[in-house]
Amino acid sequence: MKKKSLGLRMRKYWPFYIMMLPAIIYLFINNYIPMSGLVLAFKKYNVRDGIFGSPWVGLQNFEFLFATKDAWVITRNTILYNLVFIVSGTAAAIGLAVILNDVTSKRKKKVYQTIVLLPYMISMVVVAYLCNAFLAADTGFINNYILKPLGLEGISFYSEPKYWPFILVFINLWKGVGYSCILYLANLGGIDPGYYEAASLDGATRWQRFTKITLPCLKPTIITMTILAIGKMFYSDFGLFYQVPMQSGSLFSVTQTIDTYVFYGLMNNGNIGMSAAAGFYQSLVGFILVLGTNTIVRRVSKENAMF
Amino acid sequence: MVENRKGYDIIIHTILVLVCICCIAPFLLLISSSFTAENSLIKDGYFFFPREFSLEAYQFLLSDNSIFRAYGVTILLTLVGTALNLMITTLIAYPLSIRDMPGRNLVNFYVFFTMLFAGGLVPTYMMWTQIFHIKNTFAALLFPSLLTNGFTIMMMRSYFQQNIPAEVLESARIDGANEFYILFKIVIPMSLPIMATIGLMAGLAYWNDWSNNLYYITDSNLNSIQGLLNRMLTNAQYINQTATMGNVGTASVPTTAVRMGVAVLGAVPILCIYPFFQKYFVKGMTMGAVKG
Repeated sequence: MKKKSLGLRMRKYWPFYIMMLPAIIYLFINNYIPMSGLVLAFKKYNVRDGIFGSPWVGLQNFEFLFATKDAWVITRNTILYNLVFIVSGTAAAIGLAVILNDVTSKRKKKVYQTIVLLPYMISMVVVAYLCNAFLAADTGFINNYILKPLGLEGISFYSEPKYWPFILVFINLWKGVGYSCILYLANLGGIDPGYYEAASLDGATRWQRFTKITLPCLKPTIITMTILAIGKMFYSDFGLFYQVPMQSGSLFSVTQTIDTYVFYGLMNNGNIGMSAAAGFYQSLVGFILVLGTNTIVRRVSKENAMF
Repeated sequence: MVENRKGYDIIIHTILVLVCICCIAPFLLLISSSFTAENSLIKDGYFFFPREFSLEAYQFLLSDNSIFRAYGVTILLTLVGTALNLMITTLIAYPLSIRDMPGRNLVNFYVFFTMLFAGGLVPTYMMWTQIFHIKNTFAALLFPSLLTNGFTIMMMRSYFQQNIPAEVLESARIDGANEFYILFKIVIPMSLPIMATIGLMAGLAYWNDWSNNLYYITDSNLNSIQGLLNRMLTNAQYINQTATMGNVGTASVPTTAVRMGVAVLGAVPILCIYPFFQKYFVKGMTMGAVKG
């Protein structure tokens, strides 16, 4: 049979092109127009001329941004929090998955799984309320029922930066561990039980079986998940850093990340130039990180690479 | 086994119970506080059971229209958003799963690229407000998060490719069925698990969304339940403002308890519904890698 011309083949497939249209239009508007809107970082924005009509200012916005201390603080916070989240999250998720996997009763296992996944289901605003119930200076649980009975002075958490790195790491763990635990649990289910039986017969202890069988079997997943997380290291969970510290200004040195900085610049200070520059910086470095990490994943385990 | 299985069991169950308590305790604190009398809260703080039981927070909340309005907005938003999301996702995922369609690679890349690169908040905000003028409309809650990027499209496309045999589609075409008929009568009924997973993910995201409310809404009539929560969190006066619009005097507003009461109303529907749908969530999470 002769290969039909492109035009003929496309005519045969015309209903497909109509089906794809809504999503193509939507992605064009919601994703591609903002990509081109990144030029704002090189402009002095004014409402009258709009995004594309405003005058060019070259790299001025970036010069202003990187002249401030903020640029360093937000970069440091974003990257450090991500690093700690990756390490603590992975360790906790694997630990939890391993012991969940050892629960013999199917029903109990399901109950545990349902409960640890609960925090993942609720919004960050509700988390901020939960957190506030514990931390509030006057009515909070910690001040009233833990510190007071011990005869200790109450802490006004929302104005003391030194506690927040721990609080944020804990909340991130609390909210996310159930989700990543399930990913590892699915992996554990795929390990051949024969390995464990053979190891027990040879007298391997539980710990030896964990380090010699479980961890090596999980290694590809751990590496892939970590590398993918590194690819997102320039992005932070806006809700976690915006809602949970309740926008307290005295905590900014330890709670401000690139995402919250861009938001405050856009909404409160009206400093759109600097905000756009910070956003551009995030998009660009984020893109480079995704491409870089994907190249690495492809070397490590091809089937886990995104492209 | 030679080892002490019983001892190990006790250890793991103890750890798991402790972890579970950690996950549930904050909700208990929240719920108990919302049922506590205002003066008791101010005197003793939030506690795990009400020292002085009271329904005043809920009486106040239910006497005020804004909470019902917010529920209405959230429910409508969740239903419309989920339906629209599923519709446009399915409509593009099906053609993308057909290997010999001309232009497939191009569209595939177009969808996939949105997962790699994003314009970020500033240009997105500018575009929606300056070009499309969605500020203070229902559309502002709906459209900016309809599809964050191509992720769900890729997920559904992979599912179609792996689970719908090409022969089934081919035989339907030979019988003269058109593509829309094939999609709705054959492909979708064969793909209910992925539909449930993606639908639930979208529904949860819409129910829990407060960010669009924060970015685009200043009109309190358009507050969703999470939007209302967001406004009340840092702005205690917001409760009093709504009170003066209702029929309750400002002086008697049990602010401390009401804050917890609203949070309960925002979280409880999810906490009640979720265990029944957990299966689909878990399935979606472990569905595996999405590829370009």
